[in-house]
Amino acid sequence: MNKISEILKISLQEVDKAPDIHSLDSVRVKYVGKKGKFTTSLKSLGELPIDKRPAAGEDINKAKSVFMKTVSLRKAELETKALEENLKKSSIDVTLDGYASSKGGRHPISLTRLRIEEIFQNAGFEVKSGPEIEDDYHNFTALNIPDNHPARAMHDTFYLNNGKLLRTHTSPVQIRSLLELGAPIRIIAPGRVYRCDSDQTHTPMFHQVEGLVIGENVSFANLKAVLHEFVACFFNKDVELRFRPSYFPFTEPSAEVDIYWGKGKWLEILGCGMVHPNVLINAGVDPKLYSGYAFGMGVERLAMLRYQVEDLRVFFDNDLSFLRQFN
Amino acid sequence: MKFSEAWLREIINIDLSSEELSAKLTMIGHEVDSFEVDGGGLEGILIAQIVSYEKHPNADRLNVCQVTTDGKNRISIVCGAPNVRKGMKSILALPGKILPNGLKLEKSEIRGIESFGMLCSASEVGLGLDSDGIMELPKEAKIGSKLLSYLNLPDHIIDLDLTPNRGDCFSVLGVARDLAGTSVENIKYNFNIKSNITSTVEQSIKTVFPDLCPRFAAQAVTNINNESTTPIWMTEKLRKSGIRSINPVVDVTNYVMIELGQPLHAYDLSKINGTIIPRLANENERLVLLDETEVELKKDTVVITDDSGPIGMAGVMGGLSTAVSPKTSSVLFEAAYWPPKFMAGTARRYGMHTDASLRFERGVDPEIQEVAIKRACELLLLICGGDAGKITDIKNKDHLPKRKAIKLSARRLKKILGHEIHSNEVAEILKRLNLKIRENKDSWEVDVPSYRFDLMMEDDLIEEVARIYGFDKIPEVTEVSSRSLSSLNNYLANIEKIANHLCSKDYQEVITYSFIDDNVNTLITGKQSELKLANPLSSEMSTMRGSIWPGLLNAASRNIARQIDRVRLFEIGKVFNGTSKSHHEIEQVAGLIMGPLRDEHWSKKSKEVDFFDVKGDLESLLMTSSNEIEYEFLQDESISLQKGQSAKLLINGERIGSLGKVHPIVAKKFSIKRDVYLFELDIEKAFPATSLSIRPISKYPLIRRDISIILDKAIKASKVIKSIKLIEPEIIQSIKVFDIFDGNNIEEGLKSIALGLILQEKSRTLTDQVADDIISKVIVSLEKNFSAKLRD
Repeated sequence: MNKISEILKISLQEVDKAPDIHSLDSVRVKYVGKKGKFTTSLKSLGELPIDKRPAAGEDINKAKSVFMKTVSLRKAELETKALEENLKKSSIDVTLDGYASSKGGRHPISLTRLRIEEIFQNAGFEVKSGPEIEDDYHNFTALNIPDNHPARAMHDTFYLNNGKLLRTHTSPVQIRSLLELGAPIRIIAPGRVYRCDSDQTHTPMFHQVEGLVIGENVSFANLKAVLHEFVACFFNKDVELRFRPSYFPFTEPSAEVDIYWGKGKWLEILGCGMVHPNVLINAGVDPKLYSGYAFGMGVERLAMLRYQVEDLRVFFDNDLSFLRQFN
Repeated sequence: MKFSEAWLREIINIDLSSEELSAKLTMIGHEVDSFEVDGGGLEGILIAQIVSYEKHPNADRLNVCQVTTDGKNRISIVCGAPNVRKGMKSILALPGKILPNGLKLEKSEIRGIESFGMLCSASEVGLGLDSDGIMELPKEAKIGSKLLSYLNLPDHIIDLDLTPNRGDCFSVLGVARDLAGTSVENIKYNFNIKSNITSTVEQSIKTVFPDLCPRFAAQAVTNINNESTTPIWMTEKLRKSGIRSINPVVDVTNYVMIELGQPLHAYDLSKINGTIIPRLANENERLVLLDETEVELKKDTVVITDDSGPIGMAGVMGGLSTAVSPKTSSVLFEAAYWPPKFMAGTARRYGMHTDASLRFERGVDPEIQEVAIKRACELLLLICGGDAGKITDIKNKDHLPKRKAIKLSARRLKKILGHEIHSNEVAEILKRLNLKIRENKDSWEVDVPSYRFDLMMEDDLIEEVARIYGFDKIPEVTEVSSRSLSSLNNYLANIEKIANHLCSKDYQEVITYSFIDDNVNTLITGKQSELKLANPLSSEMSTMRGSIWPGLLNAASRNIARQIDRVRLFEIGKVFNGTSKSHHEIEQVAGLIMGPLRDEHWSKKSKEVDFFDVKGDLESLLMTSSNEIEYEFLQDESISLQKGQSAKLLINGERIGSLGKVHPIVAKKFSIKRDVYLFELDIEKAFPATSLSIRPISKYPLIRRDISIILDKAIKASKVIKSIKLIEPEIIQSIKVFDIFDGNNIEEGLKSIALGLILQEKSRTLTDQVADDIISKVIVSLEKNFSAKLRD
């Protein structure tokens, strides 16, 4: 009997020492193969007295079963080890760039315009547009800027050979939208505008967003509220606002709005006012029934403040190293 | 409008510090452009007299001056100024003084002679631009006294950015009047000027055309002492308004203009021939102006004439023939009212903007002329003596502006402002602004002073009340919107979808100018544009673009110059075409790709982009459209693209866009040496608003059958696919080209195309038998239509 337990002990040691699946299999064959030690032990049971045979047989079978269980555990262990070793070989540098990871992006002026649009759309403003080649009537006359009005000189208008002009502001959309939709109205109109001026702080083409609200009881107090809310939303913080009396032929009272930019500095960001009665009349709206406000803001100006860009002209340089920073 | 703070305070008592005054001006609508200290850093500069001077022994252009500040002690100063004179009074800075321009004075030796300070020019001490010589002070200046106290410095120079409606504020008086609206202070100006008339001289003046000249006031002053000089208090005020002193006559006209806002003109009385008549210029009439430029007058220009012809351009500039000179001893002052409607645009038409034209264009008070004339005479007599003649003051009442009372209702005031201002306060504000009011129940009848051209109607008065009351005191009230919901704007949504899709395809958005070089526009579009600017900034920005491509090519070229070799750009914007009589604005999206398809990557070298990259991007862009539209690509010969590598895109036979490789000669014009691919698309046509229709899907298995055919190289794959689709449209679900080649064992002029057909039945399982039958039909049809042969 000592013999069986001795064989089991040695066999288990051999199983533990088997370095790979192949040697493990050799160990298995050595003990339970046709000529294996357990197999031959069972075969030699006949040599024992009959009464001892069942007990001896049970011992051998038990030992064989322990051996087989150990082999199978060892096998799983070796298989896992082999797999892991195999996987280790296909390890990669995960810090390298992925395939086709690059992506384009929107222009900062578009991003700023979209932000303005989104804020006003959430407040029920509809987005309208108008032509960039305008006529004198919609760009000036209908907006209470008659011929030879001194305000015309300030507009530095580009004229076309056919007498038409490039709109100098988005305000003509006020007239076109009122004629199309009538009052009450609540719109914004973003777009390109043009002025015959080019220096460090002016480009001959730039972008504005016009706003127009006409209703039965729309007041200057409402205008102050909407612009304050807008500025707070746009800059994501409450900013101090200053409404400074100014002059636009198409609004009255007119104001320029400055925001407080710290260190005693006020920055002008937009112009606004109550729509002039003459403009309402020109657009077919009765100024006795309706009143309203309008505002116009420069998209470039707001983009410069939002992104801390110092030079206006970089927006139209289209240098990819600049533009990619906004992606 | 630039003026001295001290001058303003002479006309109105204001209980405000300088800083408060500046803020107040801004907050009542006169934006302060600049507010600067004048005469800062002049402490220690003294008034000195040159007792004697002699030539510097070692330098031709230098003098050694002996100056005194107490009448006894002499200080030796080496000075290079050309205007040193014995007895001259000037300003002296002693060693240790740091001048406003930063120069620190020290006792020094100049070419062997010691100098104990410096006689300074006006520009060296920051008092004007004059740097021709040392500053000369009048003989009355007390030697040894401080320059600061002598000149009443420091002062502030206020520069206002006036709005075009407030021509009345182009004077110190005007600004004072508006400030008076904010406080209980009154204006301290004496409008009752005595005229000491001592002669009977009177110039003959006729206003034959009263509409051109509703008011013309004039007065002659004879026997003036033309050796008098303008007093320092006047030259100082003029200097602070940015006006250089010329001679007493001219200085007086400028002074009165800044003080009262009335532009004046002074003629040399002895040079006027006969009667003065203002009239419209005749065609081809010429006039030499004060600044010696000769202009050819236009018919709509108002001129002042005498018997010899035009002697001045009304409201802009006088003529040279009657100009005052240092020898003038008799002067005629003119103070006229020229209506803005005749003045508007005159200065612009001649390219001559003067202080006078600016004021007349915006409106001069039609009731100030007599005061202005009297004031000018008063000042001139004070400086130069002489005899004042009779005042001629022609008023054509019918043509002077007429003012009607304006009604202001409390209800409208409250409605527009959204805030109630107490009626007492409203009345108070109006009165302080010099408006005459009659109070009714809930409204006011308001009479407007002659100088307020901007007050025409009720809303103008609402603005006045709000402006003086203070915009900051009007509360913020969020309005309740009563507008109903509006449907979504599909078109705008499409534009954003397109832009975002291209961004995810690695395109960078750019914004380029809508006006481009005319030759470039023609080069790209193949057409001469009729939409040209009449006044372009430059020839590179002279024509409305007929295509976005030039902008993209320029942007690409600029980036190449900055060592970027992989460029992928797009722009969304309008192109302009049609005729000058009937033009169209079309919203387009256009893109450009160039360089390697992928960013440099460790895995492998990227291929360079080709036609099918740009086409693929365009196809995937078209897939963002939420509808089933048949797009068709056809070979095209676009002028700017390379023949054989360009295509047009059609919907129902209508061209909606194009794409392809830029012709190398065109690329070279933009300094691009590599292959560049472009596309453009009309957004409205390419993405029409249609609703989506969804088909039921088949649950039965599909079968794929591949065939390879050999056919003529010139036959386009799209044509083959289209013809196959027609054979069994219910069952053939899709057809893909999976291989294409020629050469090797393919006969010259032929090519091999391998097609994969996906077949599926809608309501039952497709059998091999049916599939085989369809493939046979396909092969027969291809043989028939394209003489194609099945490849083994």
